[in-house]
Amino acid sequence: MPLVENGRIVEDRYVRVLDDAPVPDRAPVIVPAKRFLADAHELIRRDGSLGVLWPNDRRVAELEPWLGHLALIALVFPKFRDGRAYSQARLLRETYGFRGTLRATGDVLRDQFHFLVRAGFDSFEVKKPADAHVFAEVLARYSVFYQPSADGRAPVLRRRLQSAAAVPKTCETV
Amino acid sequence: MTSPLEQKIKVIGPVVVTANRVGDGAVVYRRADGGWTTDLDNAAVATNAAAAHELIEAAVADDLRAVGPYVAPVKLTAGGQLRPGNLRELIRLGGPTIDLPVTFGI
Amino acid sequence: MYVYDAFDRTLVAERVAEFRDQVARRLSGELTEEEFKPLRLMNGVYLQLHAYMLRIAIPYGTLSSAQLRMLAHVARRYDRGYGHFTTRQNIQFHWIKLDELPDAMADLASVGMHGMQTSGNCVRNITTDQWAGVAPDEIEDLRVLAEVIRQHVTLHPEFTFMPRKFKIAVGASAHDRAALRVHDLALRLHRNGAGETGFEVMIGGGLGRTPFLAKTIKPFLHKRDVLSYVEAILRTYNQFGRRDNIYKARIKILVHELGVEAFAKEVEAEWQSIKDGALALDPAVVAEIASRFRYPAYERLNDSPPELAAARRADRRFDAWIGNAVANHKVPGYAIVTLSLKPEGGTPGDATAEQMDAIAALADRYSFGEIRVGHEQNLVLPHVAQGDLPALWCELDAIGVATANVGLISDIISCPGLDYCSLANARSIPIAQEITRRFRNADLAHDLGRLHVNISGCINACGHHHVGHIGILGVEKNGEEFYQITLGGKADEDAKLGTLIGPAVPYAQVADVVEDIAAAYLELRQRPDELFIETVKRTGVEPFRERVYAAR
Repeated sequence: MPLVENGRIVEDRYVRVLDDAPVPDRAPVIVPAKRFLADAHELIRRDGSLGVLWPNDRRVAELEPWLGHLALIALVFPKFRDGRAYSQARLLRETYGFRGTLRATGDVLRDQFHFLVRAGFDSFEVKKPADAHVFAEVLARYSVFYQPSADGRAPVLRRRLQSAAAVPKTCETV
Repeated sequence: MTSPLEQKIKVIGPVVVTANRVGDGAVVYRRADGGWTTDLDNAAVATNAAAAHELIEAAVADDLRAVGPYVAPVKLTAGGQLRPGNLRELIRLGGPTIDLPVTFGI
Repeated sequence: MYVYDAFDRTLVAERVAEFRDQVARRLSGELTEEEFKPLRLMNGVYLQLHAYMLRIAIPYGTLSSAQLRMLAHVARRYDRGYGHFTTRQNIQFHWIKLDELPDAMADLASVGMHGMQTSGNCVRNITTDQWAGVAPDEIEDLRVLAEVIRQHVTLHPEFTFMPRKFKIAVGASAHDRAALRVHDLALRLHRNGAGETGFEVMIGGGLGRTPFLAKTIKPFLHKRDVLSYVEAILRTYNQFGRRDNIYKARIKILVHELGVEAFAKEVEAEWQSIKDGALALDPAVVAEIASRFRYPAYERLNDSPPELAAARRADRRFDAWIGNAVANHKVPGYAIVTLSLKPEGGTPGDATAEQMDAIAALADRYSFGEIRVGHEQNLVLPHVAQGDLPALWCELDAIGVATANVGLISDIISCPGLDYCSLANARSIPIAQEITRRFRNADLAHDLGRLHVNISGCINACGHHHVGHIGILGVEKNGEEFYQITLGGKADEDAKLGTLIGPAVPYAQVADVVEDIAAAYLELRQRPDELFIETVKRTGVEPFRERVYAAR
């Protein structure tokens, strides 16, 4: 499952730790949620980036006390139709101000790329290699967005006001 | 929605496998040679669950050409022709039971 | 109506390009049907019994004549010469080919139309009163706000994969013509004690297997807060709506299972954290969108011009039509004209390409180029000068959309049913057709008065049978079509679910049953002007049940 970041396929630096396995020293690790919460105080003291794999049916509010110590949060799309992680991502970015890496995992397909980016994800475990290769191209497909959202792009409502100030309005009939 | 492969196939009378053609959505029936036909008379008929299962397994795999295959009942007329086995299949084959709208006088 | 700007057109064009690519990948096999299905659904493309079906959004039920002409073109070029107007103010084409869809969508995009979000687990078409902007009893034209919300929820990154569909309706009149209380979310504009206008927010309405009327979670919401509050509702639903069972996945189930208070609390907590952020409605933004709404340049006219009265005296049929299909307009000298798409023997809500073209031309001539679509599946010309009514009526009559049965027993609301729909258990259209034949006599229909018959071909209730004065639900028993009859439903501000009157009756008897119910009403009513629905409320369903089942 190729990992895409910054529009390109990259090596995954992170080690996925299974529930009871020992956590390697210094390597960046992704720890499952239950394990993280049980051992949080130790985990945040170790050297090496710390990531957590958070299920899509638990409130991300539980992570709030730890956000400053987390380099990465991996959220889950069990099926691409299950969109709960989009809300989790936006809450993490916009309500709780999480600045680390937000990774999309699970059933991640090319037709969701621009939704994922706009929800605040910046790291993608893409299900199909063919989709991973066209990541940048797919994103370029849409240039207009109505909503303000996590990727910081100016929504249409704002852009209109800016362009209205700059350019005289022409009257067009549909 | 249960996949047709998971549904228990009960075969009480003759059945065919039917679906909609991908390109235009037309009603089609699985042929014995692995193709699809819009003509019910050319459909492969199964008379037991095992044969029906074989037909539908092949149909499901043929996702490129047909969508949503399932097992549908048929009736055999005295002359040996195939007819749809219930009202829904009758409508699928023959079209809506009402006249399509026409404007007079324009 | 709203006129697209460059941003709107670009978004739709990009969507068409993406869909063209998705169709190509489906046809080449790169995408399986399982992967393609949610993508096509997000563009309003269903697979039905005979063919693909394309549902086009008509935002808040408003069409320009150019758009209606394009719908006629699509009907002719890509379909079988007609379209079907739905109970959500959309239009459906029932014979579409997948490989021609991208071209059809490109044609529609050229007039600012699309099928985005007319299906799928996202926010659907936002509907409202078909008389918005012209009704005398309206506080304000909400279509500007509906457009603001529409844009906000279009391709929204967070709310595109929700547990299930989400239907929003808005209204601003004391008399609810938009069936607010059967929607997932309804916003009702009203005035508070201090004379300010704001919204009553109602949540969790819906028909189908488990019908519910919407409950109020916030009695008064300021306009400024609408987007953030809607966002908080959607976010709560997206996170906590059930995903384990598609029949329990609507927000009405979540509200029912959590309880209204707990649900409202959850929304409130989320709302408090976002209400003063980017979603607080900036009046400049609203004004900017409003600037692209076109409103008629009404002339200064007098009510009741003498030529109208003369024409009414001269022609009994014209007079009956005025009394039935023409309503008062908030601007003096003008009228709201309803075009009945329920001719005797016809399919409720269908219009041919020829009719659409003719209506578009009449809209240009008589209604400032604007047409409305109502949830009762009729069309409206909303800005007709009263002096033009005689000439307009002649032309409407010539194309078959002047049946004087608006709101009467033959003005039936019906889903397409088993003749078209793969979800249906029974046919609905032939039932409707037979009922219109039984009540073809205009005097009888007029005497029966306002009487809403709603027919659904299955429990999904697209015909809104639960809220019909007479509701008819098709079911299947041993391979045969049977119909359950309910009485006393209402879709307006006094919304009620109908009561089942007895065991389901077979296909051949349904029209007879409706005749029996009508006859019972004529006997039971205390005065000629006691409406059917009032009689049912007074007597209960028992006397009707007795009459219907006495001989069955």
